[in-house]
Amino acid sequence: MIDTLRLTAEEAAGLVSRGEVTGAELHRAYLDVIAERDPELHAYLCTVDEPDGEGVPIALKDVISTRGVETTAASKILSGYRPVFDATVAARCKDAGLPLLGKTNLDEFAMGSSTENSAYGPTLNPWDPTRVPGGSSGGSTAAVAAGLAPWALGSDTGGSIKQPAALCGVVGLRPTYGTVSRYGIVAFASSLDQVGPIAKNVRDCALLHRIIAGRDPRDSTTVELPEPIELPEAEDLKGLRIGVPKELNEAEGIEPGVSDAVNRTIELARALGADVGECRLPRSVEFGLPCYYLIAPSEASSNLARYDGVRFGHRAGGDGDVRLMYDRTRREGFGDEPKRRIMLGSYALSAGYYEAYYGQAQKVRTVIREEHDAAFEQFDVLVSPTSPTVAFELGARTANPLAMYAADLLTIPSNMAGLPGLSMPCGLSDGLPVGFQLIGRQFSENVLFRAGNALERALAFDYVPERLK
Amino acid sequence: MSWEPVIGLEIHVHLKTRTKMFCRCEVAYFDPPNTHTCPVCLAYPGALPVPNRQAIEWTILLGHALGCSIRERAIFHRKNYFYPDNPKGYQISQYDEPLCVEGAVTVPRPDGDTVVGIERAHLEEDAAKTIHVGGAEGRIHGADRSLVDFNRAGTPLVEIVTKPDIRSPEDAKRFLQLLRQTVVELGISDAEMEKGSLRFDVNVSVRPAGSDELRTRSELKNMNSFNFAAKGIEREVRRQVEIWESSGEVVQETLHFDPGNESAPPLRTKEEAQDYRYFPEPDLVPLEPEREVVERLRGELPESPAARIRRLEAEVGFSLAEGLVTSGRDELSSRIPGERAAVANVVMNELAALALDPQAVNADELGKVIERRGEIPRAAFDEALAASASPGFSAERYLAEAAIADVDELDPVIDRILGANEQQVADYRGGKEGLLGFFVGQVMKDTGGKANPKVVNDRLREKLRG
Repeated sequence: MIDTLRLTAEEAAGLVSRGEVTGAELHRAYLDVIAERDPELHAYLCTVDEPDGEGVPIALKDVISTRGVETTAASKILSGYRPVFDATVAARCKDAGLPLLGKTNLDEFAMGSSTENSAYGPTLNPWDPTRVPGGSSGGSTAAVAAGLAPWALGSDTGGSIKQPAALCGVVGLRPTYGTVSRYGIVAFASSLDQVGPIAKNVRDCALLHRIIAGRDPRDSTTVELPEPIELPEAEDLKGLRIGVPKELNEAEGIEPGVSDAVNRTIELARALGADVGECRLPRSVEFGLPCYYLIAPSEASSNLARYDGVRFGHRAGGDGDVRLMYDRTRREGFGDEPKRRIMLGSYALSAGYYEAYYGQAQKVRTVIREEHDAAFEQFDVLVSPTSPTVAFELGARTANPLAMYAADLLTIPSNMAGLPGLSMPCGLSDGLPVGFQLIGRQFSENVLFRAGNALERALAFDYVPERLK
Repeated sequence: MSWEPVIGLEIHVHLKTRTKMFCRCEVAYFDPPNTHTCPVCLAYPGALPVPNRQAIEWTILLGHALGCSIRERAIFHRKNYFYPDNPKGYQISQYDEPLCVEGAVTVPRPDGDTVVGIERAHLEEDAAKTIHVGGAEGRIHGADRSLVDFNRAGTPLVEIVTKPDIRSPEDAKRFLQLLRQTVVELGISDAEMEKGSLRFDVNVSVRPAGSDELRTRSELKNMNSFNFAAKGIEREVRRQVEIWESSGEVVQETLHFDPGNESAPPLRTKEEAQDYRYFPEPDLVPLEPEREVVERLRGELPESPAARIRRLEAEVGFSLAEGLVTSGRDELSSRIPGERAAVANVVMNELAALALDPQAVNADELGKVIERRGEIPRAAFDEALAASASPGFSAERYLAEAAIADVDELDPVIDRILGANEQQVADYRGGKEGLLGFFVGQVMKDTGGKANPKVVNDRLREKLRG
């Protein structure tokens, strides 16, 4: 009997390579658990019955194009859309022999922090099904937390891997911008979107990242990795300089339980030999969120223009010329959040406002990058809570977009700077997982993995939700 | 008060690259609809653009030819608008940081050069082709169905914008002819208007001669030939002058010509300013062409058409020089030995009408024929021209056919023709000297084209003097 709640991807790969189970048996075992638990959690939008590889199966967030398998971005406007091509990351997983388990739920077009914005209904948190899993990659993180997938891919624009990883008690990496191909990823905000791994532990994350990362000739914004991804072995943090940005750790709205768990982890890092000191990111934290909410919706307003009912997805019926068809298709097809962001973004880009909004936000982005660069002159890694709070209750923020946007307050600044960030569970607060964020220099994923791995061993966090044991 | 026209041009040139601008679909405009498409040019979710290196190099080459400076860093922007021909909802174009800027093109004229400034030349992708069925006049509004052919979607286009430096319709036509010849000679475009690989819009305003103000302009669209454009500009200039002189005010509007019907009056619309919400294309990195490439391309520039016109003008006069160069026939003309103007005349007139492959013409042999044109029958001359590009063409055979130059043989024919056309003879003597050609034609017809044209002319003149 395979215990999918405990089994890591690395262990699963070991079982397969030693011939103890076949890839098909492994795939079947996960489908069985999905059939049992997913009706409650709704982590998946669809599953794939026939494994297309002999390795450890994987779940993909439904913004990742999969040839022949419906890809909806959790939007009604893409219902029924079956891509004729694989996203580069999907193709790389296939080439590595990882069969597709299914496509996971998300906030529509990855716009949200709770997975409640899905046109197909929310995903629930495996630790407490009255709470959200975070978002937008909540389907992927919930699936991994509940043993419905050994590992998964998510995508992160403002914190959509890190924040749900934190809320579900799993490990998620948002890679350096430009290291993972966006080809075939349903675009939200192109200058920020980045696909990354989600797994039960840091080593699994590194294994999966090694499969997907690297330059793709189909994505002009990707680069070669300066060094290969290594599997972390480190058990201490000797020589590592850890910066604790005051503004990220003392921001308004951080729950005391979250602060406590994070502070204990920082003390643990010191005990493991790290050199810990304080640093400042004042402008990044003050302006990060507002600038993000100008840049991301601006790009989204343009990226979402292609959903017009002509070539794929939902097309509204009725009489009249093609322009009336566009109007009806988009009115029916998009949910409230995409509509809100299309309007915000169109406004921010329009003549007379561009300089004050989009143009200004891009300048601030440079300031944020410089502020981070300065911090990295003294430190190798910056740490903070991933999310100000633990998982919140379903419906608690749906009526207040600004409260929902604040969930990404701590993940957005480094995303705006294009930097890699790892979120790993560091303890519980009121029985719910707390996420610890490690931010690195560009291309320093190996540093994050080593530090994460050492902390993970020392923390010995049990990633199996109590109620599922 | 005297007025001067202020004219600026925006020209779109299709680059004849093998593949599209941002995907590797073949460029084939006239294949069956929607046979050259892929996730990128159909704008499927997640598809990303990858620039065509050849198109970028050719734009740099053109930039050199237009005397532009090539920027070290150019940016692709998104130009956002909804239309069925635009599958992404935005066109990838260039905005405030184009590849080529600040150029100048010398345009030779009979009375000295004029220089037309080039604001910019940038690279962008073309839209798909749309047909609207069932609505009024093929318009999208109220159409039952709109059909789209994506073969053209994403094909590379260069847009060239001149400064408002052009001062007459003739100069506008001259500039366009030179530009077309330039891109053809660079080998980067077919530049054929009828195939849509060269399109242009004209901005026209007028102002009191000598002032430097810029008054309200109108935009002329869809003109299908350079001559038609010159006429259209002339009419629009006249109209604007009349408005100003009657104390009126010219309003900004667009004149859409009907390319299928030159005599139809243009449709006038007052375009509301579109907001394209330009922003830098985040799917592409800034374009930073390597300096070695830019310099290598500069070295590949051939002699410009304008320089060749000036060089040839000394030999054959301005008009023939301009005609030869802008029709791409000067190379052939220069290969044919003989008196330059006589050769140029034949190349521009009789030979041009035959549409031969200039490369195949045996220039040396043809030169012999042209040199002795006056001594051989017209029919033999025409036959020689028609055969001049065929293998084994030799002048000898045609020169052997001596024309009838014997006055005793020709006079009876001439007398008979004058006798049969008394009215025309009277008219000629009454001053209609243009009728000479008519009599020459009749004699040629009667002699089966074998009469010596010079002798016929001389005899006719003499007899008609009476």
